[in-house]
Formats: sequence, structure tokens, C-alpha cells
Amino acid sequence: MSENVTLTIDGKDITGEKGQTIMDAALANDIYIPHLCHHPDLAPYGSCRVCTCLVNGRPQTACTFPISDGMEVENDTDTVNEMRKQIVEMLFVEGNHYCMFCEKSGNCELQALAYRFGVTTPRYPYQFPKREVDASHPNVWIDRDRCVLCARCIRASKDVDGKHAFDFAGRGPNRHISVDAADGIEHTPVDADDKAVQVCPVGSLMLKRQGYKIPIGQRKYDHEPIGTDIETGASKKQ
Amino acid sequence: MSFGGPEVCHTKQERLTMSESLQSAIKEICEVVGNDRTQMMEIVEQVQDRFGCVSSEAMDLIAQQMNCHRVEVMSVVSFYSFLSEKPKGTVVIRLCNDVIDLMKGANHAADAFRDELGIEFGETTPDGKITLEWTPCIGMSDQAPAALINDEVVTYLGSDGARNIARQLKEGTAPSKLVGRLGDGNNANDLVKSMVHNNIRNAGPVVFAEGIVKGDGLKKALAMSPREVINDVKNSRLRGRGGAGFPTGMKWDFTRQADGDKKYIFCNADEGEPGTFKDRVILTEKPDLMFEGMTIGGYAIGADEGILYLRGEYAYLRAFLDDVLANRRDAGLLGKNICGKGFDFDIRIVMGAGAYICGEETALLSSAEGMRGDPKNRPPFPAQKGYRDCPTAVNNVETFCKVTRILEKGPGWFSEIGSEGSAGTKLLSISGDCHKPGVYEVPFGIKLREVMDLCGAEDVQAVQIGGPSGRLVGKDSMDDQICYDHLATGGSLMVFSRKRNLLKKVLNFMEFFEEESCGYCTPCRVGNVLLRKKIEAIVNGEGEPADLEYLQTLGETVKTCSRCGLGQTSPNPVLTSLESFRDVYEAALKPALKDGSQPEFDIRAALRPAEAIAGRASSHFAE
Ligand SMILES: Cc1cc2nc3c(=O)[nH]c(=O)nc-3n(C[C@H](O)[C@H](O)[C@H](O)COP(=O)(O)O)c2cc1C
Ligand code: SF4
Ligand code: FES
Ligand code: FES
Repeated sequence: MSENVTLTIDGKDITGEKGQTIMDAALANDIYIPHLCHHPDLAPYGSCRVCTCLVNGRPQTACTFPISDGMEVENDTDTVNEMRKQIVEMLFVEGNHYCMFCEKSGNCELQALAYRFGVTTPRYPYQFPKREVDASHPNVWIDRDRCVLCARCIRASKDVDGKHAFDFAGRGPNRHISVDAADGIEHTPVDADDKAVQVCPVGSLMLKRQGYKIPIGQRKYDHEPIGTDIETGASKKQ
Repeated sequence: MSFGGPEVCHTKQERLTMSESLQSAIKEICEVVGNDRTQMMEIVEQVQDRFGCVSSEAMDLIAQQMNCHRVEVMSVVSFYSFLSEKPKGTVVIRLCNDVIDLMKGANHAADAFRDELGIEFGETTPDGKITLEWTPCIGMSDQAPAALINDEVVTYLGSDGARNIARQLKEGTAPSKLVGRLGDGNNANDLVKSMVHNNIRNAGPVVFAEGIVKGDGLKKALAMSPREVINDVKNSRLRGRGGAGFPTGMKWDFTRQADGDKKYIFCNADEGEPGTFKDRVILTEKPDLMFEGMTIGGYAIGADEGILYLRGEYAYLRAFLDDVLANRRDAGLLGKNICGKGFDFDIRIVMGAGAYICGEETALLSSAEGMRGDPKNRPPFPAQKGYRDCPTAVNNVETFCKVTRILEKGPGWFSEIGSEGSAGTKLLSISGDCHKPGVYEVPFGIKLREVMDLCGAEDVQAVQIGGPSGRLVGKDSMDDQICYDHLATGGSLMVFSRKRNLLKKVLNFMEFFEEESCGYCTPCRVGNVLLRKKIEAIVNGEGEPADLEYLQTLGETVKTCSRCGLGQTSPNPVLTSLESFRDVYEAALKPALKDGSQPEFDIRAALRPAEAIAGRASSHFAE
């Protein structure tokens, strides 16, 4: 038996279950809280900070913070969205995101968030980092230029695929995805049908020869902003 | 242990022997810790120590032996600055580039090292003997410039001193032989033998009092129930001395009440906040007071194991501290049936390896569990789910010393010292432009002005209170009190006289945070780089008026959205200096052109090389 918890999100009363995170309670109630590192099939991680809300006036990440009775969550407000927009812009300048040449364009959650927040061009200077591409595997490749360090692949490979084929190396601005082999992803047990390969929100960990299978114009975020399926309840009906 | 590295091999034969010895050494190192995955720090530190690196091959061997993934070993090794995949010299010189060291002439020592060794920072001499590196604050700002040579500390390092050291090292002198005259107190102890000075300038009534008898506080505690001990700590109004100021009694109560049979108590001796060195002096002179406080804490929360997390920079104190622990065991103050009261408790030491973030309590626990020092999500808090998922209390070195004294002398005695909201004394680490840098034990509530008089500060322009993560204040704050409610500090006070360029100090602090961010969350990982770059531009005379707004907005977002205390405080150097010294920023901004505009870059200068090639001026600008 689960215990019910009541809280408000932007003034709207909602009910969730004890132990749920704000994110899960919101999703169950058709409320979209913008997010990037969060994935419904994976353990919460809390790294991108895009889901930051004000919880009883204090900043917290919805994907990691548990709900409690009487909690007041501020989600879709100018103050909160402005901070989220800045974080998305930070991610854009941190990596090398050339959306116009990118196979993931239209299916990319980072790009879609930028559209949703109305980012035309980042206010911060591009960092143009040097990042490594690893295309050694017959079916899977990593372009670290586009990695947003969300740890989805790490979590999926460890907890779902049972492989622990990825982890972070380095710290601070040098933090990057590393594979479980000295000489490239081809020497790891990663397979094309691994969960790890399906969950990358951007075009960083990709299947080969799939890039243009779905034509531009027919992709997930080509027609409506990210989060629309949640707000209309369509994501639950699928 | 030492963080340098010996054997560097050249011939194929040597490499083969090395490979075999690497394999057997790793097997042995892992077996000593029972192939326990949570002891990864100990393992990789030992491998680094013996082979000068944790090479790719070593990572594979460790993973095999520990039955874990290579990438897990990689993620640890690549996190800590004292560990490396690439081989380092037999001797590693780490010169401190903290602001205070730079003010005191670290650059002269740096030039002497460069010149004498013929290498740049970040390089190793061609014979593989000596590596030269910069390192952030090593806890010696009161005797700056300072450097670590493997584990040895050298202080007051002028350019002659540096040259001399480099020459001796080239001739093969062991780092331990470089120490000339020994420091005072236990610095001269056979197990320490360092040239470090305590510089205790003001001995207060709590930590540095004379005639404290080992075991007195503990015996009184064990005569009470754990609940009564916690009540005494609560009634003393003791708050944490590590920076955040959480009430210690309350933290212990939460930990005691949390579900779980196995609990842990941790002492945070990471002391990484630049300009802080008071824990170093406690570790050297009052280790019994600290270990006794941990034992009392263990009894209060129901733990039978305590861990001292000691920063890698203080490795020179390790043997001495182990010996203090052994003596306490012999005296019946640690181990089984302590003081004959049926209480079992012991303490071990875990070493850090060069990462400021590991002072953050959840990162510290990650590190002690043998992982990279990423902080953990909260909730759950360590009091509920900490080390190995058990309820854990983490406290600062100084906090534990205070507990011992509170149990010995009573909570009333303690709470009468200090100010209304801040009971007791505080140890301050004072450095910079003053005549008497060192450690001062003062009652809370003392005014900044009084502290400046005590340390002989002259011509004060600004004081950085609480280290880079604290506040930069000016003359207006001289009558404010040092306490949790006004000028809060984990202990660091850096004095800057009027001849100092404050923006350069801000830049140095931002470089520090950029380097030390764990990189887990976006705002801290990216935001600190952006803040640093903008401050750099302003220092270089390329700032514009709109930049001040940019810094303010960016700084606030990083503070609000970051995941742990590092990112939540790292913009403070920028934000507090903008508040107290806006005029300094304004004076540094680029003056507007005649038409009032402020171009981001100088187009004429950018065109100059092309004009030189073309042999004529650009037609756009032809006059
Ligand atoms: C980035 C960062 C570094 C820290 N470094 C230290 C440290 O070196 N020593 C320390 O005692 N506390 C440090 N803290 C505070 C600890 O997280 C924790 O609050 C403290 O150890 C609790 O002990 P206390 O209650 O006795 O002060 C740091 C916090 C942050 C965010
Ligand atoms: S604020 Fe974020 S990136 Fe910075 S140290 Fe904390 S968790 Fe790591
Ligand atoms: S979605 Fe919550 S921090 Fe990334
Ligand atoms: S469009 Fe976002 S990573 Fe390519």
C-alpha cells in the first residue's frame, strides 16, 4: 500500500506517492518539468540542473528531491525558467554543437530544450574544446563533442545492461566519458541493442548507419516543443 | 607514503621485470586490504607511490585483482591530482600557487626551479628524475612561499632556496635530507621531522590551554549515557568549525536516532580552503584532543569505528598520527573495552590525494569508499545514509577538540565564552599582509579590527574572510564581529594591503574553483570557467561596463543551481568583491571610444598582420 502525499506545483494541487521524487509525481500528473539527465528508466542522477525548481523557496532538483506533504513547488515561472535557459546555454558553449550538421538534430533533447526556452544564440562565448571521437566499434560510436555529461549511458550500462562499459574520467572542465578498455569502445562488451546506446539525449553515443533513417522534418521535436507530449497526456497513452 | 614516484625504466629488459614486479606488487597491495573495493584509494596511492604512476597496465591489473572494471579504476585515478596515469619523476616538486604564496614571491622560487631544472611546470626532467608542478594551497600560508617535495614540506622558499633544492635533488639527495632546521613543537618529533612552524600566536582557553590531561574528557563522557553526552554538546551550543556551522549536538542526535546497527564517525582533516592551516596545527600539537573528541562522538552516536580523512598534503604527519593512535590504544583510550567501560571503538586514517572537493562531506565519503570524489545527492543526508550507506557523522578537526573540552569542563564553561549566537572560541588562520601570520584562538564576537591589531596588519585594503568561498570585505566591515551571524569563517583570514591588486586575487580564486570543481553539475563545471574568463578579460584591460551585469547574473545562477557547497559558494569572490569594491572594477574597465561605443575587440590591431602582408592599410579604414 502506498501512502499518498499532497503538494502543489505552481499552485496546482497534486497527489503523489510517498517516496516519489518531484519529477515522478509531476510526470504522473501530466506536468512537464524540463529535464535532461533524468530518464524514467534510470536511477536519478541530478547533474544537468535543468530541472531546478524552487521548493518551499529553496532551489532543488526535481529529479532527485522527494515529495512531502504541503510542499510548494515553483516550476514554470520566469525566474526559474530564466535560470534553466542559462544552464542550457552553458551546455551549448561547453561542447561543440553544430546542430545543422548533426544526425541527431530534431531528436536531440538539448536542441529541443533550447527551442523551448527560446535560445537564439548563447550569451556566453563558445569554448571550442578539443574532444575525442571513438568510432572503433562496428555498430556504435561516441562523439564526445556533443556529450552533455548526463551519465545516462553510464547508468544504463551499469544498472540495466549489467556491463559498466562507461564511466567518467577526469574532473572539473576535464570530466569526460571513458570506456572500459584502454584502446577504444570496440574492446568493450557494448552491443547495438544495449540500453546505454538508446538513452543518449544528444548525438553523442550513437548507432552507426542510422543517422538519417528518419528524415528531417519528421523527427520527434520537429513539430511540437519538448514536453508537449507530457503536458497533453499523450506520453502516457502510448 | 609519498606522492612522488621512483622507478622509471628505460630498457626493454627493465620494462619486463617492471611488468612482473608490477603484477606481484599489485597483487600484494590488494591482498593487504583484503581485496576490498572500498579501499581503492589506499591501493592506487600505494601503486602511485611505488611506481610513479598508475599506468594503463596497472589499472588493468588492479581491476583483475579486485574483480572490478578497469574504467572504475580509471575514474578514480584521473580524479585526484596526486595520482597520474603518466609516469612522474622520482621526485615531484609541487610549488603552492595560492594567492598568499604568490604575494610572498612564489614566482621567484618558480623561476629558480625552471632555470635550474631546465623544465616548465607540468614537465619532468628528461632523465625522468624530477617533475615540477603547481599545486593549490598546501596549508602553509603562514610560512609562504611553500612547496611539497614528495611528502616533505619546505617553507619560506626564496629563489636561492629553490635553486639550492633543485641542485641537491639533481645530485640525487633524498627529499627527506633537504629539511634543514626543524620546526617547533612536534614538528621536531622523530616521526615528523619537518621544518614547518606552528606559529601559534594566541593560545586561547579551549584548544591551546595548558595542562589538558589526556583521557579526562573521555572518562567523564563514558560515565554518562550517550544521550547525556549529546545533551551536554547541545547545551554547550557548539556549532561546527568546518565552515557550515551546523549545531554539533543536533547532528549527533540525528545520527544516533537513525536506523542502522553500524554507524561511523568521520573527522574531516581535508583542510583545503586556501588560507586555512589551523587544523594542521591541531594535528601537530593537539592530536589527542581531536582523537578523544572522535571517541566521545563515537560513543554518543553509537559507532565503533572512526575514520580520520587526512588530506594528501599532510602525508608528512601520517606516521606521527598513527603513533598517537597506537599510544592511545596502549593507554586503554581506544580499542576494546575503553577505560574499562565496555565501549569498543577504534580509529583509522584514510588519505586524500589532492582534491579540494573531498572536504565537502559527501565527497569525502565517496572518496573514503574508494571512488572519485563526487559529492552525493541529498537527501538522504550522511546522518541517515553515509559511509557504506550507514548513518555517519562528519565533523571538523577543531569541532572534535572542542567536544573533548566541553565534556571535561562542562557545557556551561564553554557556552559562556564567545558571543550570544556563537559559543566558544574559534581558531583563525591569518596570513597575507600582516606582521604575525599564524594561528589565533580568539573568542567568537571579536571585532575584525581587533583581529587586525592582533596580527599586526598594516594599511589594510581588504580581508578575505573564510577563504575564497567566503567574503571579500573592506574597511566598512572593521567593526563587524567574527561569528556565525556576521563575519562567518571556517578559519581563513587573508589580509590584503593597499598595494595589492584585488582583481588579480579574485582571478586567482576563480582559477582555483575551476580547477577544483568535480565537474558533476553544469553550472559549477561550466559557470566557473566563464566567470574566470570574464575576470581575466577585465584584469587584462578588456572589460566593458556590461560585463559587471554579466558577472552578477552568471554568478547568481551558479550559486543557486549548483549541486553542492563548492558551486554554491564559488562565485563569492566575484559577487562579494562586486559588492564591496565595485569602484575597483569600474576603474579597470576599458574606456569608451570617442563615439561612446565599446567594441569587444580592436579591429585595427586584428587587421594589422594582414595589412602588413598586403603592404597597405585596409580600404575600410583608409583615411
Ligand atoms: C567544497 C567544500 C570543501 C569543504 N572543505 C572542508 C574541510 O576541508 N574541512 C572541513 O571540516 N569542512 C569542510 N567543508 C564542510 C563540510 O562539508 C562539513 O560541513 C564539515 O566537515 C562538517 O563539520 P562541522 O560540522 O564540524 O563543521 C567543506 C565544504 C565544501 C562545500
Ligand atoms: S557544485 Fe557541482 S560540479 Fe561543483 S563541486 Fe559540487 S557537484 Fe561538483
Ligand atoms: S534532470 Fe534533474 S538535474 Fe538533470
Ligand atoms: S543536435 Fe544536439 S547533439 Fe546534435
